[in-house]
Amino acid sequence: MYEKNGEKYFVVDSHMHFWDAGPDNWVPGAEQYAKGWIECFHAYQSLAPKETHWTIEKFMKYSEDDLMKDVFEDGYVDVAVFQPTYLKEWYKEGFNTTEKNAALGEKHPGMFVHNTRFDPRDSDAGLEELKANVDRYGSRGVKLYTAEWNNGSRGYKLSEPASYRYLEKAQELGIKNIHVHKGPTIWPLDKDAFDVSDVDHAATDFPELNFIVEHVGLPRIEDFCFMATQEPNVYAGLSVVIGGLMHARPQFFAKVMGELLFWVGEDKMTFGSDYGIWEPKWQIEGFVDWEFPDQPEFADYPRLGVDGKKKILGLNAAKLYDLKVPDELQLKEDTPAAQDDSKLVSS
Amino acid sequence: MTTMVAERDRVLDALGAVRDPELDEPITTLGFVSTCVVSAAGDVVVRLRLPTYFCAPNFAFLMVADAYDVVSALPAVRSVDVALEDHFAAAQINAGVALRAGFVASFDGEATAELDELRRTFVAKAVLAGTDQVCRPLVASGIDPAGVARLTIADVPPSPELDRLVRRRAELGLPVGPDAPLLVDVGTGAAIAGAAAARHLGLARLTRTGIEANTGICRGMLKHRYAESGAGEEEQG
Repeated sequence: MYEKNGEKYFVVDSHMHFWDAGPDNWVPGAEQYAKGWIECFHAYQSLAPKETHWTIEKFMKYSEDDLMKDVFEDGYVDVAVFQPTYLKEWYKEGFNTTEKNAALGEKHPGMFVHNTRFDPRDSDAGLEELKANVDRYGSRGVKLYTAEWNNGSRGYKLSEPASYRYLEKAQELGIKNIHVHKGPTIWPLDKDAFDVSDVDHAATDFPELNFIVEHVGLPRIEDFCFMATQEPNVYAGLSVVIGGLMHARPQFFAKVMGELLFWVGEDKMTFGSDYGIWEPKWQIEGFVDWEFPDQPEFADYPRLGVDGKKKILGLNAAKLYDLKVPDELQLKEDTPAAQDDSKLVSS
Repeated sequence: MTTMVAERDRVLDALGAVRDPELDEPITTLGFVSTCVVSAAGDVVVRLRLPTYFCAPNFAFLMVADAYDVVSALPAVRSVDVALEDHFAAAQINAGVALRAGFVASFDGEATAELDELRRTFVAKAVLAGTDQVCRPLVASGIDPAGVARLTIADVPPSPELDRLVRRRAELGLPVGPDAPLLVDVGTGAAIAGAAAARHLGLARLTRTGIEANTGICRGMLKHRYAESGAGEEEQG
């Protein structure tokens, strides 16, 4: 819970990780990819305020204590959603598996949501693994990396028949939320790596599922927004938007937020810190303080008030995951939505 | 010595015509040229670098191939050695470009089509972003979207932004004559009119925002990865 100016915010970090990218976890022969991947992530951290930067050594392998302190103790987060990233082609025990997450999460009941993953290229064995993970960890969401390498394949599309088979199975098992990551490469390599049209198809054909496009399809935010306006079950995952732009590129951050508020709307945007890339503390503090720059080019965008920030920081994700929100942290039902706007205009 | 400096400038100038297809900005000002050396005999060595090890290989291939082409086309150049560094697909890209092999042959079994269509997709985005650059001041001056849609290219005061928009439209084969409508569908070239204009301008603004945000992230990542500025970065940036 975060409190500022008498307002209390229920915080759900809907996109975070607990990874091991240390050299002893690199697959022999794939060291350059394992190293390249984590260095790439580390470069993203450089977009955060300097005092929150980590050394590459800590970044490769942070501890349980680091996570609990950064996310919950210092970071205001009430519930964190683990998003696994396997990358077993490069990391022996996986980069960030359901099991590794759960081993930590089970020590702290109620603080974590354990999402799992699937890969439609894993055929029947993958379906069984999905079922086992849902049974064992109670997963209600999955994280999908459509660009992940697998046995010579450099990626898949969510609109393929194999993907539909998995989505049908996931739905049958009680999965509600499909978090989709786009990039960094996809097979065939000549296709645009971040194309989101496959999500469009799946979202239409699986109206009971929610599709949270993480990183809002950046760098294809325009394609994402265009799709999201047409699909009621598509959400904007703000990981990378806040972490990567709010501090480093505040003008662009304001524009991206403006576009998202215009095309997608505050009811369908969810905060995710992307920890350990970025610590949640500065993101939450900065986001609650944030407002549009007082310049004409931002005047047309929909305003974001306290209620909107409460939704984005936690209440929207709480709905997606049926999380219990204390009454005092709910929106005040009788507050007209427009009040925040008028406050902003008059101040 | 002066001649060699001039030669290097000439090569950097030529490289300035090579754009990152996604960001629609020269690879020189983006800082993607790490080395540019020209010998007295006209042997050119160019090294390119990108913000991350996993930047999309298709775009990387286009930039390396384009750099090779513009340098090769210069007079008095004896040999050309252009290579990408620090990238997961560098070996395949460099070998393919040196052999002038094309993208499909360079990535045997991993690609099925050349990159013309991809390039076209991104020039279309550049046209939309450029439309926002040109039209935003018009809207700010009080012309409503339907009014903007009634304008032709000749109606707009000259500006570098308009020149750039016209060049990008020409690349796509869209109408660029003085009588051509200012707002056109980037796929068909048909005029955008009436109620569709507001939505078109909205998409144009959104597209520009996406490209600019992406450029901002790429610049930040590159700066983290490499302390030194790129060749041609200060001169033109």
